[in-house]
Amino acid sequence: MKRKYIALPYLIWMTAFIVLPLVFVAYYAFTTKAGGFTLSNVFAIFDSLHIKATILSLGLSLSCTVLCLLVAFPLALVLRRIHLNHKGLIIIILILPMWMNSILRILALQMILSKNGILNMILEWLHLAPAEIINTPAAIILGMVYDYLPYMILPIYNSVMDIDQDLIDASSDLGARFGYRLRHVILPLSKPGIISGITMVFIPCLTSFVIPDILGGGKIQLLGNVIEQEFITSMNWNLGAGLSFALLIFVIIGLIFTQKHETKYKESRVWQN
Amino acid sequence: MQENILQLKNISKSFDGEMVLEELSLDIKRNEFVTLLGPSGCGKTTTLRIIGGFATPDSGQVIMEGKDITLLPTEQRCVNTVFQKYALFPHMSIEENIAFGLRIKKKDEAYIKEKVRYALELVNLMGFEKRKPHSLSGGQQQRIAIARAIVNEPKILLLDEPLGALDLKLRQDMQKELIRLKKELGITFIYVTHDQEEALTMSDKIVVMNQGYIQQIGSPEDIYNEPQNAFVADFIGDANLLAATMLKDELVSINDTRFTCVDKGFGTNKPVDVVIRPEDVEIMERGKGIFPAIVSSILFKGVHYEIIANGIGIQWMIHTTVYYEIGSKIDLYIKPFNIQIMHKPESEDEAVNHEE
Repeated sequence: MKRKYIALPYLIWMTAFIVLPLVFVAYYAFTTKAGGFTLSNVFAIFDSLHIKATILSLGLSLSCTVLCLLVAFPLALVLRRIHLNHKGLIIIILILPMWMNSILRILALQMILSKNGILNMILEWLHLAPAEIINTPAAIILGMVYDYLPYMILPIYNSVMDIDQDLIDASSDLGARFGYRLRHVILPLSKPGIISGITMVFIPCLTSFVIPDILGGGKIQLLGNVIEQEFITSMNWNLGAGLSFALLIFVIIGLIFTQKHETKYKESRVWQN
Repeated sequence: MQENILQLKNISKSFDGEMVLEELSLDIKRNEFVTLLGPSGCGKTTTLRIIGGFATPDSGQVIMEGKDITLLPTEQRCVNTVFQKYALFPHMSIEENIAFGLRIKKKDEAYIKEKVRYALELVNLMGFEKRKPHSLSGGQQQRIAIARAIVNEPKILLLDEPLGALDLKLRQDMQKELIRLKKELGITFIYVTHDQEEALTMSDKIVVMNQGYIQQIGSPEDIYNEPQNAFVADFIGDANLLAATMLKDELVSINDTRFTCVDKGFGTNKPVDVVIRPEDVEIMERGKGIFPAIVSSILFKGVHYEIIANGIGIQWMIHTTVYYEIGSKIDLYIKPFNIQIMHKPESEDEAVNHEE
């Protein structure tokens, strides 16, 4: 009986810091400044004023996610092949950047990419034309990938490493060459990690506003920036909340999509030797 | 030449600096049921993996039907494997598991459907096509693993301790199934196990291994009745393993007691090892046997009693269906034919390489 009450502090915390804020956001989202009910704040995400930011956000997040996948999956395969006995070391190397404040890391990236930054100094030294990456969508994608890549690598690495070598041996035994093995055995069995990685990258990308701020020079507006503006500059809490709510819907749709594809391959009852 | 479907020539393999196989050579005939038998770490699984292509030997050759396949990748060998832990693909149905190899070979769907049906019938699991591996019991999964391998009609089937995880009754049933399968399919079986009873039951030929060397090759009867060294004698079945002196042909002395035997060619006054099976030690009335003994313990084993009796300074293990009280004064008799003389090993890992 008493055990129920241990959950009480957590319940209070959840209510105060998760449920209540959501309720407030919903309240502001569906009301006008005057107090009447309206859906226009939520649908504003699609209107001519904001549609550009919406499409840009979706596009950049998708690009970032795909790029992270293209880096993380082959990396995981290589790490598995190498049989490195230092799984812990690898994980530390990947996690290390995450210990540093992310804003500092983005500022560092800004310095590297800026007109007189380190990248252009190297290109000049190699007698190549300077690159104009800063303040473009490319810089934002780069920043997002840099920031969120570990979140893609870790779950995929874990999934890939968890694949029983026996299964790979069995597929070879039955005649499968590398490509077939990849498509029919390794990829399906890595799916949990891939889904997890996509979830952990796409959603933060969608809602980010610091990275576009710093690397976009304030000129490129993503949804996060628009919402920030509405709250802080325009003082239009209703619009800000509406857009936030709409973004939340996007996130939920994304989660539903990934949950549908999440599969738990129950371990066949295997004898532990 | 074609009678040997597989030849291993001087295979050596080491892991982390440790020699696992040293100059191992073995011939396997077509349609034989060959078992690699030995304790953990003797190299039998490594040998199997080299045959299957999952490991490459440091030196030596693997020759199949006259062709050198040592460096041929696994997927190109006409060999299929049944793994110890089944290795069924968890994300595929039973049908997809079994059809895996056939789909790679791009067989048409009608052919595949028929082959899968035939394979399931062969292992007595009809109707299981749509099930998933995790919903099957261990024994069922093992049979699916076998079905998945044989459906590709390999020339050689490799089995890596496939029955280890099953309980005794199921294991015995599966052993009979495997023998039946072999007869029906006409494939060469190479089986790896540490269970000597299993080896004796199923094999045409047993290869006893220890520490990377072949200790003896022979039929189950030969291995059991005429082990060639102490290791084989001890590993297979129960044994009375004794140090003795060969006085001359057909006469051996064990603890200063003379025994007539039937072996020749071991020299004069040379130290030898002797093995006598417990069922070959006969209990007689005092005065009627070769030497006296006293019963010190008796265990009921179901099929027989296991009696330990002390005689001429040795603790004899005896299998008999007659009950004797502890302390009984008896005589022991051993027929000359049942005394097996063996050379003392030159080194701890003596290799004995000739066929019986």
